[in-house]
Amino acid sequence: MAHGPAKGIGRWLFSTNHKDIGTMYLWFSFSMFLLGGFFAMVIRAELFQPGMQLIRPEFFNQMTTMHGLVMVFGAIMPSFVGLANWMIPLQIGAPDMALPRLNNLSFWILPFGFALLASTLFMEGGAPNFGWTFYAPLSTTYAPSTVNFFIFGVHIIGASSIMGSINIIATVLNMRAPGMTMMKLPLFVWTWLITAFLLVAVMPVLAGTVTMMLMDINFGTSFFDAAGGGDPVLFQHVFWFFGHPEVYIIILPAFGVVSAVIPTFSRKPLFGYSSMVYATSAIAFLSFIVWAHHMFTVGMPLAGELYFMYATMLIAVPTGVKVFNWITTMFRGSLTFETPMLYSIAFIILFTIGGFTGLMMAMAPVDIQYHDTYFIVSHFHYVMVAGAVFAMTAGIYYWLPKWTGKMYNETMGKAQFWLSFVGFNIAFFPQHFLGLAGMPRRYADYSLQFAEWNMVSSIGAFMYGAAQLFFLYNVIRTIVAGEPAPQEKTWEGAEGLEWTLSSPPPYHSFSTPPEVK
Amino acid sequence: MSAKPVTRTTLKLLVTAVGMFVFAIFIMPPLYDVFCEITGIGGKTQGKYQAGQQVIDTERVVKVQFIATNNASMPWQFSPLEYEVRVNPGESTAVEFYAKNPTSRDMVAQAIPNISPTNAAEFFHKTECFCFNRQALKAGEEAKLGLVFIVDPDLPVGVNTITLSYTIFDVTERAAKELAQLD
Repeated sequence: MAHGPAKGIGRWLFSTNHKDIGTMYLWFSFSMFLLGGFFAMVIRAELFQPGMQLIRPEFFNQMTTMHGLVMVFGAIMPSFVGLANWMIPLQIGAPDMALPRLNNLSFWILPFGFALLASTLFMEGGAPNFGWTFYAPLSTTYAPSTVNFFIFGVHIIGASSIMGSINIIATVLNMRAPGMTMMKLPLFVWTWLITAFLLVAVMPVLAGTVTMMLMDINFGTSFFDAAGGGDPVLFQHVFWFFGHPEVYIIILPAFGVVSAVIPTFSRKPLFGYSSMVYATSAIAFLSFIVWAHHMFTVGMPLAGELYFMYATMLIAVPTGVKVFNWITTMFRGSLTFETPMLYSIAFIILFTIGGFTGLMMAMAPVDIQYHDTYFIVSHFHYVMVAGAVFAMTAGIYYWLPKWTGKMYNETMGKAQFWLSFVGFNIAFFPQHFLGLAGMPRRYADYSLQFAEWNMVSSIGAFMYGAAQLFFLYNVIRTIVAGEPAPQEKTWEGAEGLEWTLSSPPPYHSFSTPPEVK
Repeated sequence: MSAKPVTRTTLKLLVTAVGMFVFAIFIMPPLYDVFCEITGIGGKTQGKYQAGQQVIDTERVVKVQFIATNNASMPWQFSPLEYEVRVNPGESTAVEFYAKNPTSRDMVAQAIPNISPTNAAEFFHKTECFCFNRQALKAGEEAKLGLVFIVDPDLPVGVNTITLSYTIFDVTERAAKELAQLD
């Protein structure tokens, strides 16, 4: 079997190679990131000024819905799966993933599922317009006729996630090189292992939710319809039972990337390895029991609001442990500030800001004021964009030399970072003010007193969007015309099995297990 | 045949995934209903109440207010005949709601009740209620719909007003049986 990769399109269609599949996931997720970003540009262009200038409100609702769905399910999640595919076998000394053919299926159903979802934009009735959280009855009784395509799209995308997670768990538990004990695993592998368990547990609940929707819409059941004895609030409970663990699914692999990058550029081992593992596990466990903090305004009795408030505040503790450990890793380290490090440090600061607003929202009595305003929108963009996306970008700049054998241009990387950082903060910091001043979210238009900050936010958004095209340019330029990466470790302070391989690594690596001390 | 470790792990995870799917569809909704019933949270009331020997608490007066709402585009006229009554806990009281079908077709409605404050829900007992059954009205027909209730003497101290809200829904499409009974 000592031949190189197959030739032609077959190499990609039939690949069972974790490196090729990882590459496909990364490119697919980047194209989804640009698509979701385009929807965001439409949103911010319309919100640039009060009044309706560019699109109708009905279409605006489709844009906000599709922006959320595409970014969460098409950009962020598959991008981290791509990182997992590339890095996990390399980091544990395995030749490939445990189930290579399942890996192929997991990837290839994604373009199909998203084509289904995106095609609704061109259908009679338009794309889904009920928000990415698709509450019933807006998404059942009052949904456009294309809602069934939405449901099938979600089923397909969910199946991909579940299969991918099974693959990751089976790989990490069964295929570590001899000597690679669990407590020697790189943090990126740990965070993905825990994330995969979360996914196996809650993705089926999302599948159940959309199936119940399907039955209410098409088969006369009344899960969420009060007229038939059901309850719209049940929808929110079942959805958020999935939805809250989902946001930790999004962020935990990002934590893993930051835990790889910070020690490298501090030239110091990660501080508190075992507490990082326990903190990640605690966050994952707690994520199951806090879901109703998304529902504080639904009419819950006092006992419920108190419980969910206290439980939610508790999650700040293990998260704080992680933030302090990253900072302590940097303390008295020999620091340099290459692009991955800039993104990782920005992650720590901006994710923490998002965490603080999260803590504010955890206070049930004041959440009554924040709920469904731009304050919430700002919070989750801080944690998901300045959090997860920045970490992903750090990972790409960090590992691109390993994958391609080419170095990116450091000056261009830094410039792209600063444009992103400034654009992001101009776009989203003012949204805190808008939310506190009372601007509701998912609104196509707004009162005049919100005009100034909306204009500022839109300008920042356009800057951030341009920075992502700059990122695309940087990646392509590196692949096509980059300087060769050092054959010794790319990064002086890097540790881990992946750095013992050449850049790029052989098509089949670790066919014989490496020695792990 | 002893399966390889990878196969065993995969099978266990697959079973977990399927199990969580079944859990979401077949266990979470009933669990939600049971939880609501046991705790009274959410203001849902129970079914028909069998009145035992009731001791009437003449010292205490509780105000019971009534709200009637139409869901979505339900065209019926629907309102309580009295908006408020004062009762003693333990005392059986009867009130009536007015309903009229002003359209030119026979229709069937379902009334869904809700109680506020939520900690009063388990102490509000209905011995007769038009919400136990679907209500069928011919085109243009009107009716008085009855409700008989008892406020439990164990109603928590501090609850002096209970609001009972009914929302009526158009269930004509799923109520073939009740429609047939009209003719």
